[in-house]
Amino acid sequence: MQAWDNERAVSLVEQRKNMPGALLPILHALQEEFGYVDPSVVPAIADALNLSKADVHGTISFYHDFRHHPPGRHVLKMCRAESCQSMGCDAVIGHVEKKLGAKLGETTADGTFTLDAVYCLGNCSLSPAVLLDGKPYGRVSAQVADFLIDDARRRA
Amino acid sequence: MKLFVPCDMAALSVGADAVARAISEQIATRRLDATVVRNGSRGLFWLEPLVEVETAKGRVAYGPVTVESVASLFDAGFLDGKAHPLCLGLTEEIPYLKNQERLTFARCGIIDPLSLADYISRDGYKGLQNALKLKPEQIIEEVTNSGLRGRGGAGFPTGIKWKTVLGAPADQKYIVCNADEGDSGTFADRMIMEGDPFVLIEGMTIAGFAVGATSGYIYCRSEYPHAFKTLQRAIAIGYEKGYLGANAAGSGKHFDLEVRLGAGAYICGEETSLLESLEGKRGQIRPKPPLPAIEGLFGKPTVVNNVISLATVPIIIDKGAAYYKDFGMGRSRGTLTIQLAGNIKQGGLVEKAFGLTLRQAIYDFGGGTATGKKFRAVQVGGPLGAYFPDSLLDTPLDYEAFAAKKGLVGHGGVVVFDETVDLAKQARFAMEFCAIESCGKCTPCRIGSTRGVEVIDRIIANQDRKKNLEVLNDLCEVMLDGSLCALGGLTPYPVLSAVEHFKEDFHGTAA
Repeated sequence: MQAWDNERAVSLVEQRKNMPGALLPILHALQEEFGYVDPSVVPAIADALNLSKADVHGTISFYHDFRHHPPGRHVLKMCRAESCQSMGCDAVIGHVEKKLGAKLGETTADGTFTLDAVYCLGNCSLSPAVLLDGKPYGRVSAQVADFLIDDARRRA
Repeated sequence: MKLFVPCDMAALSVGADAVARAISEQIATRRLDATVVRNGSRGLFWLEPLVEVETAKGRVAYGPVTVESVASLFDAGFLDGKAHPLCLGLTEEIPYLKNQERLTFARCGIIDPLSLADYISRDGYKGLQNALKLKPEQIIEEVTNSGLRGRGGAGFPTGIKWKTVLGAPADQKYIVCNADEGDSGTFADRMIMEGDPFVLIEGMTIAGFAVGATSGYIYCRSEYPHAFKTLQRAIAIGYEKGYLGANAAGSGKHFDLEVRLGAGAYICGEETSLLESLEGKRGQIRPKPPLPAIEGLFGKPTVVNNVISLATVPIIIDKGAAYYKDFGMGRSRGTLTIQLAGNIKQGGLVEKAFGLTLRQAIYDFGGGTATGKKFRAVQVGGPLGAYFPDSLLDTPLDYEAFAAKKGLVGHGGVVVFDETVDLAKQARFAMEFCAIESCGKCTPCRIGSTRGVEVIDRIIANQDRKKNLEVLNDLCEVMLDGSLCALGGLTPYPVLSAVEHFKEDFHGTAA
C-alpha cells in the first residue's frame, strides 16, 4: 500500500473524471492505491466532478467501505449476518476482538490489524466466513481464527 | 487428461488453491500428461474442494480433497477414476445433483468460466442467435410467456418490465444488472458470476436487443472481489472476440457492458438506490413513480434485473417459453435457485422447479443441521424474510404460498438454525441490521429501526413486556405501511414472525 500522495491522488481523479457516474470508481481507485480516502482530496474531487464538497463528503461517508484513515497492515473482515450467526460467529468475533484488543471497526494499537464487520460474503454454506486481506476462509472457528491471525503476524 | 479444481470463492475458502498447487506438483513430479482446469463450483459446498477427473465414463468426483490427500489420490489412480476413500463416483450421479433441475446453472461448475469456446460448446449464445431472428416484441413475448419473475426477491414479471422500457421513447436506454446480492444465506448470483459469466453477458445482450438499449452495467457488490474480477475478464474477452461493442455477436447492433463495484451498502440492492449509486451518489431510495423503466439510470428508461433473472433469459430464448414454463407451480414458473445455508449439513445450491417444500429442501437435500442438534427455525429470503418453525416446513417454495404464511421466498436463501438459537436475539438483530443499513430517506425505517432495537431490548430485559410487545407491534405496522422501500417495509417480517412462532423466547407472551 502506498502512503498518501496528493499528486498521485489527483491524477487518479483526473483519469476517471469523465466516466459516467465517476465518483464511486474514483473513490475505489483511491482506496485501492492508498488504503483509504484522505479527506484532503475532497476539494479536488468536487472540482473535477463539478459537485459541492458536501456532496462528495456525503457520498464517502454514506458507504461502509470507504475509510477516512489508513487501515492496519492486515484487514480482517468478519461476517456477522444471520447465516454466520447460526454457526456461532458471535463467539468467534468475541474471541478475535479479545485476542487483538480491538473491536469491529477498529485498528489494533500497533497498526497490525484492522477488524471490520461485513454483512454476508456469499459463503453461507461454509459459515462462519471471513476475508483476510481479500482472501476468503470458511468454517472459521476460534482456533482457525487464531491460526490465521498468528500466520498473518509472522508475515508481518 | 483433464482435472477440474474449482476457483469459486467458497471452494477457495476451504483451500482449493492449495489443492490445485499440490495436484500440479504431483503431475510434474510424476511426469504425467494432465492439465488442471479451474472450473466454477457445482454448488455441493460441504464436499469442497471437489476435484473432478475426466474419464471415458464421465467426470468422477473426489471430495473434500485436502492437500495431504493429494498424493494418495494419485497413488490410487484417480486420474483413471479409480477407487479412493474420497471418491464420490460419477459427479452427475451424486443424488444431490442428480435430483436437481439445472437450467440457469446448466454449465456452472462444468466449464472453465473464462473459456468462450467451452461456453459455446455447451449451448452458449444459442439464445442470442435465436433472438436475432426475432423482433424485439417477440423476444419480450417469449420472456413474458415463460412466466419468468424477478429472482432478486420481488418476483415482478420480467417481460412486463421489459415491455415498459421498449415502449418508452428515448435516445438512450440502459440494462442494469443488480449483482448486489446482500441477503445473508444467498450466493447464487456469485456462483453464476464466478462460474459462468458469459451466460449473464448473453442475457444482458439479449435484453439490450429486446428493449433497444445499447449500454449495460453490472453493479457488483464489493464483498465479491472474485466475482468482480471474473466479470472484468469475461467482459474483456467478450469485446476481444466481438461479442460486445459495435456489431455485438455479429448482430449489427451495439451493446456495451461495464462492471461497477458497490461499496458495502445493503440498501444498494434496492433498484432505485442502486441507480443512485451507479450515478455516483449516496445510495438513497428514489420514491416511485417514476419507475426506473421510465426514468432510470441518468434519467433514461432502464431495465433493472437480478443476475439470475438475466442469466435465465438465454435458455428461455434458446429452448422456448413453453419449455421453461413447464417447470414450477401456480404462478411461480420455472426453477428457483435455492441456497441452503447456515446450520445445515449439506449446504449448497439446489436449482429445482418451484414447489419443493421447505422440509424437502432442508432434509432431503440439506441432511438436517450441521451441528446434529435439533432443528428450531429457518429464515427464508434473507434478513427481511420471516422465521419459520417446524410446523411451517411443509410450505412449498412458491411466491404465493410463502406470502400466504406471511413469509417471502425472496432470492431463495434458506438459513437453518438449531435449537440453540434465541429468536428474541434474532428479532433484535433484524432491527439492528435495518438501523445500520437504512439509507435514511424515510422516517419509519430510519427512526423505527433504532426504536425497534430499544423496544426489543426492553422485552428481553422483561420490562413491561406486555406493553412493550404492543409497542413493537405498532412500530412494525408503521414500518410495514409507511416505509418507502422493502428494507423498512419488510424488516417487520423477521421480527413479527419470531414473536408469533417463538413466543417462549419473548417471555411467553404473544404480541
